[in-house]
Amino acid sequence: MRVIVSVIGKDQVGIIANVCQLLSSYRVNVLDISQTILQDYFTMIMIVDAENATVPFADLVVALEAEGQKLGLSIHAQREEIFNAMHRI
Amino acid sequence: MLSNAEIMQTIEMISQQHLDIRTITMGISLLSCCDPDPKMACQKIYDKITLRAEKLVATGEAIEREYGIPIVNKRISVTPMALVAGASETNDYVCFAQALDRAAKTTGVNFIGGYSALVQKGMTNGDKRLIASIPEALATTELVCSSVNVGSTRAGINMDAVRLMGQAVKDTANLTAAADGFGCAKLVVFCNAVEDNPFMAGAFHGVGEAETVINVGVSGPGVVCHALESVRGKPFDVLAETVKKTAFRITRMGQMVAQEASRRLDVPFGIVDLSLAPTPAVGDSVARILESMGLSECGIHGTTAALALLNDAVKKGGVMASSHVGGLSGAFIPVSEDEGMIAAAKSGTLNLDKLEAMTCVCSVGLDMIAVPGDTTAETIAAIIADEAAIGMVNNKTTAVRIIPAPGKKVGDMVEMGGLLGSAPVMPVHEGDSSAFINRGGRIPAPLHSLKN
Repeated sequence: MRVIVSVIGKDQVGIIANVCQLLSSYRVNVLDISQTILQDYFTMIMIVDAENATVPFADLVVALEAEGQKLGLSIHAQREEIFNAMHRI
Repeated sequence: MLSNAEIMQTIEMISQQHLDIRTITMGISLLSCCDPDPKMACQKIYDKITLRAEKLVATGEAIEREYGIPIVNKRISVTPMALVAGASETNDYVCFAQALDRAAKTTGVNFIGGYSALVQKGMTNGDKRLIASIPEALATTELVCSSVNVGSTRAGINMDAVRLMGQAVKDTANLTAAADGFGCAKLVVFCNAVEDNPFMAGAFHGVGEAETVINVGVSGPGVVCHALESVRGKPFDVLAETVKKTAFRITRMGQMVAQEASRRLDVPFGIVDLSLAPTPAVGDSVARILESMGLSECGIHGTTAALALLNDAVKKGGVMASSHVGGLSGAFIPVSEDEGMIAAAKSGTLNLDKLEAMTCVCSVGLDMIAVPGDTTAETIAAIIADEAAIGMVNNKTTAVRIIPAPGKKVGDMVEMGGLLGSAPVMPVHEGDSSAFINRGGRIPAPLHSLKN
């Protein structure tokens, strides 16, 4: 199951490390990362494979959101299908 | 591979422009629940609904979490109750509404629709009993919505039913006077009602439908409004194209959610309803879309043309994005539920006459409008007749959901709460329509040729 993880918020040390560590602790494989910083505003989009995740996907969503709150960032995980539906015919 | 811009566009639509799935509505046939014993019938109704819709809310919430798209309402629509209750040997139909209410509460849905009768040509004894019971049914239940179809292009308008519904609206308001006539927010009078509408208060599960079905209503006025910002000052052709593209994207998402819900619940997919349904939240208004086309305020001259363009472009864009389109599909203009409409009505720019004109070119009709508490049943019936005539002649669905708020005068506000918002009390024309309404009989169906 391919999932889009989006991380948006103020730039700080260790965002990528924190998010990747959390994902790896749930055995979620990162396929692609892209990030930009615009005026201290950090935006990262990751494509990950949650097929072999150790927890149900809904729990992963909650865990990522909680991590985001801890770091003062907005972190969302959404199944890729919703983006494909909207942007690909 | 998706580009970052595409991913961010979707995320912004959801997080900043109020994009959501407005409703997943499960249609359930209750024809198998008919029973001469009303108690038995009510038990069968409760059992069937709670069994079929057992996982509806949980499934909706799971989809919501996994895809990150809010699904605002999970609802149930059922067979028009007059058809089911008509088999029972009783004159009191309120118990059927209460059975629906209990079932809705057990399943956890937001609303249940289908306390309905289809009387466009004539009324059976069951229809008459159901209509007579509507005020009490709505006053003694929380989640039940009622609708009555009083006219159609093929049958004409049943003016006896129109008269009864004027009275039913009035009585419902009076029985729920403590809540400013809130019961009327759950009561719709239709012409050309559709059988697969997922939106409340007018949803019911038509007799031409399958045993159970999943219908989905999408929304997204905020997304359309945002898209139009980028084409400010451009010609109408560009405007229409932009609306179409946006509607296409929104509907694709609705289609995906509908198919996913259908698969997980193992219930056939019915339709996607391509409606632009506003909410009272700032940035989620149909009126503001019309204004962003270049009108200083919704309701001024040009509003009807703007709405006609919007309504048509939404359909054209959405229809290719879904395998089956149905329901009401168009732009809704419920006054109390639309922040821009509320503002325009408060300032007096938007009045009942302009709204009536707008209903000629958009989805549904006079929706969530508060009028003074002393408006007579005959005047309300005459408003219903006008709206039904527009639907009948133009071969489209029209409806009236009007609240004669007890004790309220023009300029007062009626607070409905939540997504139903708040409605400024609007003036109705003075004068007496009672001799017209009390004639009774039917307005014949219109001619379908010699169109002018």
